[in-house]
Amino acid sequence: MMFGHNGKDVGIVTYGAYIPRFRILPEEIARVWGEDGQAMKSGLMIFSKSVPYPDEDVITISVEASRNALARSKIDPEDIGAVYVGSESHPYAVKPSGTIVAEAIGTSHFITVADYEFACKAGTAAVQTSMGLVSSGMVKYALAVGADTSQGAPGDALEYSASAGGAAFIIGREKVIVTINRTLSFTSDTPDFWRREGQPYPSHGGRFTGEPAYFRHVATCAKELMKVQDAKPSDYDFAVFHQPNGKFPTRVAQQLGFEKKQYETGLTTPYIGNTYSASMMIGLSAILDVAKPGQRILGVAFGSGAGSDGFDMTVTDEMASYNRAAAPTVKWFVERSELLDYGRYAKFKGKIVMKE
Amino acid sequence: MSNPRYWRENPSRYNLIGRRCENCKGVFFPPREICPKCRRKSLGKMKAYKLTGKGKVYSFTIVHDPMPDFTLMKPYIMAMIEMEEGVRLTGQIVDCEPEKISIGMHVEATLRKLGQEGGSGIIRYGYKFRPV
Repeated sequence: MMFGHNGKDVGIVTYGAYIPRFRILPEEIARVWGEDGQAMKSGLMIFSKSVPYPDEDVITISVEASRNALARSKIDPEDIGAVYVGSESHPYAVKPSGTIVAEAIGTSHFITVADYEFACKAGTAAVQTSMGLVSSGMVKYALAVGADTSQGAPGDALEYSASAGGAAFIIGREKVIVTINRTLSFTSDTPDFWRREGQPYPSHGGRFTGEPAYFRHVATCAKELMKVQDAKPSDYDFAVFHQPNGKFPTRVAQQLGFEKKQYETGLTTPYIGNTYSASMMIGLSAILDVAKPGQRILGVAFGSGAGSDGFDMTVTDEMASYNRAAAPTVKWFVERSELLDYGRYAKFKGKIVMKE
Repeated sequence: MSNPRYWRENPSRYNLIGRRCENCKGVFFPPREICPKCRRKSLGKMKAYKLTGKGKVYSFTIVHDPMPDFTLMKPYIMAMIEMEEGVRLTGQIVDCEPEKISIGMHVEATLRKLGQEGGSGIIRYGYKFRPV
């Protein structure tokens, strides 16, 4: 195994999430496109999805999540040495989201910054890079963000799930609330979902996104990670997987041998939709909102194209004195919601061609 | 607006960085080079000062005839916010329906898009406010 060994006490020092407050229901999308809303709802296991306000994008969402992470800790932003923002909906094709995020949270200018893209797992790729920099001693803290305002073409199946949200993790070696015992990735060239340069909406391979893509990568990564860690599903208190809809993570969790009580806490997509780069990270944040010292978590992200990043984690005693209440929980974000009709949704998402 | 003109104000727009007169302890936003009360006594004593971002609505209006960057949000709320530090500043209130805004409502700063120079130009970010 060439990748993923972690001999140092690297982990999550603090975390924060952000989800826009607007929602649209699958029934409303189906009403406009002449489809069966109930069938889409039960087929995808998505009951509503989040929609960003017109003044929200990946940068504003990343800043919100990062500020929430900082609010829970006593970290001086000037001690952060690296900022990585993972997304497939960066507002600029050229100009980093990370520079604006870094400036808005008050880091020093002597930091390294880069934007990441790996479909829905760019945020966890940022976490792995951060682990490397922290382990090597190159930086004291690194900020890894996963955020998206994902796009689904009007009338496409993706429109029922593509939503918006973000999560930020600060990785370090001191006062970690969650130790990352090991990370492991499984990657292959699989064309299940893509968006060409300049195209407004992504394309996908329909059912090809399932078995050869999501299930193969997530299941292989999870099994191999548990194998190298000499662990079995029952050793974990929580499990969280990438959530393109509610159905896929539920099925893969059951295939791997996890029970509902292990995966239901981190299953947020049924209520907020697929937040892409933030999907697994928001699910993990929901777990961290309630996790107790000593509890063990398995997290596996998935990005089309395709790859999975797995994390074997243990909540430390530090969690007992960690100030979780200093920022809103994922549950709070999920519950604050205002429904949109398709007209306002289309306006908010910029799907209406306006006069210059 | 030219990029440098906006860029110069990023610290204030992103993080509400104002100035405090070390002579009279007065806080100013946007930043001032000289304290209007202490005048020459404040020379060299105006220090950067970050506002907490918390305040309450001093007054507000509902905008129905917006500037182009705000078309998708109309009707929207613009308000004068009295910050904890005593300074007042103007900003949009988001995450609040126009019928729910009231004078005295507690708000906090958030970072949002303020506008953009068309589809190919720079995107401007800065503070807005939302109910606490």
